Amino acid sequence: MARFAVPPRQGYGDVVVCAPVTVPYQRYSTESAHWWIGRALKALTETAGLRRQDLDGFLVSSFTLFPDTAIGLTQHYGLSPRWLDHIPMGGASGILALRKAARAVQAGDCAIAACVAGDTNHVDSFRKSLSTFSRFAQDAVYPYGSGGPNASFALICAHYMRMYGATREDFGKLAVAQRANALRFPHALMRKPLTLDDYLSARMIADPIGLYDCVMPCAGAEAFLVMREATARALGLPFARLLATIERHNAHAEDAIQHRGGWSVDIGELYTMAGIAPEALSFIQTYDDYPVISLMQLEDLGLCAKGEAKDFVRANSFTVDGTMPHNTSGGQLSVGQAGCAGGFLGMVEAIRQLTGTALGGQVANARYGLVSGFGMITYDRGLASGAAILGGA
Amino acid sequence: MTAPLPPPKRKNPLKRTRLPVSPPDLRSRQSHLLTRAAAEGRFGLPTCLDCGALHYPPRDACPHCLSSRIGMRECSALGTLAATTTVQISNNVYFRERSPWRVGLVTLDAGPGVVAHVHGDCADGGRVRLDWRLDRSGNATAFAVPDPPSPNMMDDPQMREMTLDPKHRRVLVTDGRTALGQAMAKALSDAGAALVFVGIAEAWKPFPGSERLSAMRGVEIMPLDMTDTDSVNDLADAIGARVDIIVNTGAHIRPGGLLERKGVTVAREELEAGYLALLRLAQGFGPVMRFRGADGANSACAWVNVFSIYAQMAWPAYGAWSAAQAAMLNASLSLRGELRPGGVRVVHVFTGPTEDEWFQPLPPPKVAAGQIASAVVDALRRGLEDVYVGDVAQDFRARLDLNPKALERELGQ
Repeated sequence: MARFAVPPRQGYGDVVVCAPVTVPYQRYSTESAHWWIGRALKALTETAGLRRQDLDGFLVSSFTLFPDTAIGLTQHYGLSPRWLDHIPMGGASGILALRKAARAVQAGDCAIAACVAGDTNHVDSFRKSLSTFSRFAQDAVYPYGSGGPNASFALICAHYMRMYGATREDFGKLAVAQRANALRFPHALMRKPLTLDDYLSARMIADPIGLYDCVMPCAGAEAFLVMREATARALGLPFARLLATIERHNAHAEDAIQHRGGWSVDIGELYTMAGIAPEALSFIQTYDDYPVISLMQLEDLGLCAKGEAKDFVRANSFTVDGTMPHNTSGGQLSVGQAGCAGGFLGMVEAIRQLTGTALGGQVANARYGLVSGFGMITYDRGLASGAAILGGA
Repeated sequence: MTAPLPPPKRKNPLKRTRLPVSPPDLRSRQSHLLTRAAAEGRFGLPTCLDCGALHYPPRDACPHCLSSRIGMRECSALGTLAATTTVQISNNVYFRERSPWRVGLVTLDAGPGVVAHVHGDCADGGRVRLDWRLDRSGNATAFAVPDPPSPNMMDDPQMREMTLDPKHRRVLVTDGRTALGQAMAKALSDAGAALVFVGIAEAWKPFPGSERLSAMRGVEIMPLDMTDTDSVNDLADAIGARVDIIVNTGAHIRPGGLLERKGVTVAREELEAGYLALLRLAQGFGPVMRFRGADGANSACAWVNVFSIYAQMAWPAYGAWSAAQAAMLNASLSLRGELRPGGVRVVHVFTGPTEDEWFQPLPPPKVAAGQIASAVVDALRRGLEDVYVGDVAQDFRARLDLNPKALERELGQ
């Protein structure tokens, strides 16, 4: 018997997301995170036809702002928000940002929440950030070969392959499909076609992780606005509705090696809240720092049974024009991973797809989209997971 | 299967010597619970002192009951190698120079999962034993070895990075006139050292065991008077660049506290032969050893100082000599800090009273020279940093841990 009752969750009502913004990525940047986030804010105001003073809610997600946090940015950009948040949570930050901003807007704590993720990438900043990413990484991971996330995910990937029989061909199929999508997306850093043969014959980084399993760290920013439907209509902004979200951290701590994420705990609630079944999805944006994590998400997000993602992969094409369009702008594997902006990439792309404003390939009749976030491998597993289902207007 | 390590080729003097770089050395304070265990060759995990649950990585609060009383508990070191990978591309210069580097996740029978260095003979999914081993940054790292052990296990290249194995290395034993120096030379020669230089002061003076010493395999007698700066510098000039391990056994033991002594002559001799001798050796041999810390399979790797346990707390009956030992220990801690950037480990070996003529009136137990020599070789092979040889030293250490004030009173009786 529980000692207290957990009240049911409320829906998101007329909360909508709009004004998807991408500041085009660069492999290396001499600019600061402040510069990238500032560019994104300016693009948001221009896209929405707003003044910066109209942004009364501000959420920022970044790893490279040091020594600043969100509060310092208010003065930096001349903002005076009445709702402020800072979530340096990498791959989960897009979902987490949306959840927080949506409730703030719904409750009236702010009218227009600007959610911005941006990071810079100096020539040495990725290496430096690895060694101090977390206390557990510093104590118990980085001193072991210093392979960074590649080595950590190699262990997860090797175990997943052995446990469920997925092959490198399965991972390669996703990477190749994403590259095909990326070739149509103007902001993707990877501009060359990728074949399965290229994928399989690429050099090993930390077996079974090969070169094309890895994302390329880069500088960039992504952003969107959260507001009420009436506000969006008044501003003349195309929007997507927020139907359902979930979030779960450090789930399944009992698993010796991660082979599932926190989605599996709450997945029933996600579809119930959205009022749709997985079959109704027009596309899915997974968090793809390593294709094996995308396979895990396909399972844990209910698109197929546990352990059967390999069969699901073999049965679908994942391109914008194909079956089960997936990471329709190319995902981080092909667009690049701009720090925390990587956690916003799928969200911003989903808003574009559902508002019919895709910069690359447009999914026909996109009605419902699933966005998933994952990340923060501070020791041996990604701790953060979340997902959202958005619907077209 | 590990292939036996071949003797290193003669170094080409025209080739540049690879400079030592450190593996990542940033650690939380709590993780030094493990460093302490590794320094003494013990295995255990952080534990909650309230609920008893083990955890890893080290935390400041128990993930089972949120208590903040955290300590260490010995537990089974056995586990299963759940997954491995071989890092081909590393972000750290130390590992880049030594890639590929094998790592894995070990699920310990005791519960927690530990990311570890993995010995080449460990089978994926197989049984392994974990040791805490000091890496070249001087911090504890988990190292998985096959269980049961495999042939030539010590010669695995990753293993050799963690150990100070005398095999194929050249060693200087500082004082061959003593029983301990001679036992050291024999033990190191038996352990596969390529060459054992043995220092002899005032060679014209005969000493017991000199013929046996000269006849040992791989032993070269060298003139070395550690109380003479020129003598130390001359030897360092001659062989300094070829010394991979130093074992400093020098001791000058005289009984008596402070009040029984008249003047400071004897005390000065004790300092000359102990503290100042270490300073001379450090200045003569330290810089080149630190420079050669990554110089191939027979890189410079270790500096062993043998101390009396009374370096840690004075024994008034041998008070002046205890103070000289304490001065030497304190200097040796600095030496440890100064050599660490070169990946050269300073090993402290503490013993109780030895079978030395100057301890003649003392009752047993006493420590035999051979016992100390075996302990030194064992410490080098395991890469230990703090070693307590014999019952008296271990008892002393336990009592010091429990209540230093009680030990102080007991030593004064």
